[in-house]
Amino acid sequence: MNSFFERKYVIQGIILIVAITIVARLFYLQIIDDSYLLSANNNVLRKVIEYPARGVILDRNGKILVQNEPVYDLMVTPREAKNIDTALLCQLIGIDKEGFDKRMKKARDHSPYRASLFEKLIPKETFAILQEHMDKFHGFYTVDRNIRTYPDSVAAQFLGYIQEVNDNDIKRSNGFYRSGDYIGASGVERSYEELLRGTRGVKNQMVDALNRPQGSFMDGKYDTLAISGEGLVSSLDKELQLLAEKLMRNKLGSVVAIEPATGEILTYVSSPSYNPNLMVGRERGNNYMKMLHDPYKPMFNRPIQASYPPGSIFKVIAALTAQQAGIINAETRFHCGGGYRYGRNAIMRCTGFHHSTDLITSIQKSCNTYYGFVYAHMLDRRGMPTYQAYDLWRAGLMQFGLGQPLGIDLPGEKGGNVYSSEYYTKHFGSNKWTSSYNISQSIGQGQLGITPLQMANLTAIVANRGFYYRPHLIKGIGEKQIVKKEFTEKIWAGVDAKHYEPVIEGMSRAVSSGSAAASKIPGIEMCGKTGTVQNPHGENHAVFFAFAPRENPKIAIAVFVENAGYGGTWAAPIASMLIEKYIRDTISLPKHIQDRVKNAVILPKVKTKETKTEVKPKQDTTKKTTSSGNSNQQATTKSRNTGNIIVHHSQVRRNYAQR
Amino acid sequence: MHNDKKGFLGRIDWITIILWLVLCLIGWFNIHAAVFDPENPGLFSMATNYGKQSIYIFTALIIGFSILIIDQRFFISATPFIYIVVVLLLVTVLVVGRNVGGNQAWIPIGSFRLQPSEFGKLATCLLLAYFLNTQTNKNPTLKGLVVGACIVLFPVFLVMLQPDTGSALAFFSLIFVFYREGYVSTKLLIFGGLAILLFVLALLINQWLLIGIIAAICTAFIFIFGKKRKYLIDLGVIFAISSVYVLSVDFAYENILQSHQRNRIDIILGKMDDPKGQGYNLNQSKIAIGSGKLFGKGYLQGTQTKYNFVPEQSTDFIFCTVGEEWGFVGCVTVIAIYIFLLMRIIHIAERQRTTFARVYAYGVASILFFHFFINIGMTIGIVPVIGIPLPFISYGGSSLWSFTILLFILLKFDSTRKGLSQI
Repeated sequence: MNSFFERKYVIQGIILIVAITIVARLFYLQIIDDSYLLSANNNVLRKVIEYPARGVILDRNGKILVQNEPVYDLMVTPREAKNIDTALLCQLIGIDKEGFDKRMKKARDHSPYRASLFEKLIPKETFAILQEHMDKFHGFYTVDRNIRTYPDSVAAQFLGYIQEVNDNDIKRSNGFYRSGDYIGASGVERSYEELLRGTRGVKNQMVDALNRPQGSFMDGKYDTLAISGEGLVSSLDKELQLLAEKLMRNKLGSVVAIEPATGEILTYVSSPSYNPNLMVGRERGNNYMKMLHDPYKPMFNRPIQASYPPGSIFKVIAALTAQQAGIINAETRFHCGGGYRYGRNAIMRCTGFHHSTDLITSIQKSCNTYYGFVYAHMLDRRGMPTYQAYDLWRAGLMQFGLGQPLGIDLPGEKGGNVYSSEYYTKHFGSNKWTSSYNISQSIGQGQLGITPLQMANLTAIVANRGFYYRPHLIKGIGEKQIVKKEFTEKIWAGVDAKHYEPVIEGMSRAVSSGSAAASKIPGIEMCGKTGTVQNPHGENHAVFFAFAPRENPKIAIAVFVENAGYGGTWAAPIASMLIEKYIRDTISLPKHIQDRVKNAVILPKVKTKETKTEVKPKQDTTKKTTSSGNSNQQATTKSRNTGNIIVHHSQVRRNYAQR
Repeated sequence: MHNDKKGFLGRIDWITIILWLVLCLIGWFNIHAAVFDPENPGLFSMATNYGKQSIYIFTALIIGFSILIIDQRFFISATPFIYIVVVLLLVTVLVVGRNVGGNQAWIPIGSFRLQPSEFGKLATCLLLAYFLNTQTNKNPTLKGLVVGACIVLFPVFLVMLQPDTGSALAFFSLIFVFYREGYVSTKLLIFGGLAILLFVLALLINQWLLIGIIAAICTAFIFIFGKKRKYLIDLGVIFAISSVYVLSVDFAYENILQSHQRNRIDIILGKMDDPKGQGYNLNQSKIAIGSGKLFGKGYLQGTQTKYNFVPEQSTDFIFCTVGEEWGFVGCVTVIAIYIFLLMRIIHIAERQRTTFARVYAYGVASILFFHFFINIGMTIGIVPVIGIPLPFISYGGSSLWSFTILLFILLKFDSTRKGLSQI
């Protein structure tokens, strides 16, 4: 003890003050502030995404249209990548030293400690060799991915393709997609994206300070498994599709075949097509650009995006709507003197001199005069102003699914074009116009625009005698084979069943002894109608639509071949072969006709540098090639001015502009 | 020595020994958690830090009890010798020492590395006690203070040459000894505290503004205490000194401190934010402790420490493991044990009959307190990062043994206090 004894309390006080300070600070750090726990979890947690397998798409007979193939992403953790055999790695994955350095720098800029993508989508063949040498590439590892693969390279526009998401996709999805994900960009892949993509799994992995994996977080309590996408069964018949694509090779146009009883699409050809396998893998970018610059626009989904005047096949609808309106009946006759005179010096020429023509014959012989009269009666003799009658006429067409999208399960469907009376009133300057002002619509020319899908659907309506189901491509979703509700709904086309018989008889005769007689199928009663669509920009388009058999129809088909001339020459044989193939699984048309169709090259001449060598002049010997060449070129170059008439290359362009 | 064996054991302060042992075990468990490798979870491996630490603890136990049987007069008479040996070691380390982390603080002896500065504290405490003991029955003199200060500052000087600032600073905690013995007045202690406060403020606030604030405070004092002449002079002197001090802080800060030390201070003061570079240790340490919440993540469940996010996690940053795995409750427990130990040592100090033992006891308390405060303080971001171990808990033989010897010599003096009233 000495005199400074009491100073012990000062020292003790200081110690206690320090202790209290520390405890207070700890209380703040550990109890009040929650951010540290978050930071600790951020430090240690790596969410590893498990990618689900995308849904497989089968055809109606269970054959695979598209499936998945394993590919591999090569990842690198720059800090661990030391003393590696650079030359060998470059050689194996096919890059040069410069490319290696570039990738390495990018990865290092991202993070020296974390894995970055080095090379994506390495095919399994390359992977097999790479795998043997992986021990020489310290710091590299591979991640399993899937790409789409198409065993028969079939139905490209139908299936569509997938691509890496862009910033817009990510934004739109409210964060569902992340950079590097794939998304359906067109076709079924896009319209069924939400079903096909499946659900991503997340594995919560722990890593140490050097980002080395250290096992799962909380024994996987918060992990979720990847759920594969739903499988889809399409309505497509793969064999039929293959044949149709073969027949349409080197031609521009569409083939759409529908099962009338269900609205299921059996064949969906947009020609020229492309190999869907080109749209996956590492060469995708190059291939995509090539196709984008292809003058024949293989990416253009013609059956739903191209709209053409229907030509003579429109007469079928005209006959039906006129009967329903009570303007004509099966016995109504008009005199055909080689054309329909709609003005003092204005004659709409007919295909021949049909004299006194009844309804059946008018269809069989495709009499323009008859339908000039029908149109005139429909519009001008109904006790009301023409523009009102016109709207009634138009309403009838709308009930057949024209002038609006049909609602197929594909993105980007166009509705075609049927102008309303306001358009003409505005166009002609008053509402005093009459049928003669737009008489060409009576025979499916002029400003009418119909997509090949709508044409096929018209056939299906006729086959069904009055109704249709929305045409669709997917007939079953998932294991339960669910059909979307909108595709099971029966839609009435507005014309009573009894009015169909004379029309069908006419169509039957058109095939047995009319314009499509060369394409008739022995033993199967096919009912069809040819059309030749006037094309102010070049050679006429050939169109043919038909269904068979007459009773209890199995298939309704529309074939549209651009610049091919008469419908009976090119479109009808194609339809005939497809129908017979579908119903009987054989083709009885003579072999030389089959070959003639298959081998024909009907492509308009395109004068562009890059495609000069590829483009062959039209080889149809019955046509003059020189004159068509120039005008077709006009069609492509002046397309913006052509509006909605005929070829609609403008839509091709617009279509790409949207991408 | 006229006591029988039983009596000898009975006179040992078992409370302190139990506290010591508890701290050692807490250390051992937390070192295990800090270096725990989930892929190789064997509890006992001599290759790992916790395996080695168990040997150190065992050895420390032997050393401790050996000290208890040695005659305390040996320590007293050997004190000058011990001091000289340690000084020689501190010189030796500058010549042959191994450079670890920028400090030439280690002498390699086989696989073991000796850190002489740890033993420097022991020798200094002993010699200081030895010297102040000679001043018993005298009033504290300036000469006594100067000699005592030299005893302390000489090893500080040698340690600074390594340069091991952290260990050097620890010696300054011995100011409490001078204070307790009356060589330093309470006023001076307060001034010391104010000087530290001013130092921090001078770094935080514009120096002219700070001088203005001081002037305002002085003026306020005049109004409160009246205009007595004595006060006015005092306040004037205080104002002048503190102004010069404030102005010189900036200069000293920029020119005397090394850049990494400046950075550490800047980070603590919030003047610099660099969680990936200079502030990485502190940031990760705070994350580890903060993420422990009330009860912690559980033994061996700390992700921050287990996966090496916190550097030096078994030595200087061992408290992170406590904070992360045992939470606030665990931290407070450890702090409580330390406070209990420190209070116990002060209690022991005050019951000593010799100046030697009392001075020595306060020396032990000061050193332990300084380490406790600075080490825990740096892990939670209230003092700059200074690399000194947490006594008995941090991994390392030198540190554990030197603290153990420090403590057990005190227990030896305490156990024989009744037979020793004058030396």
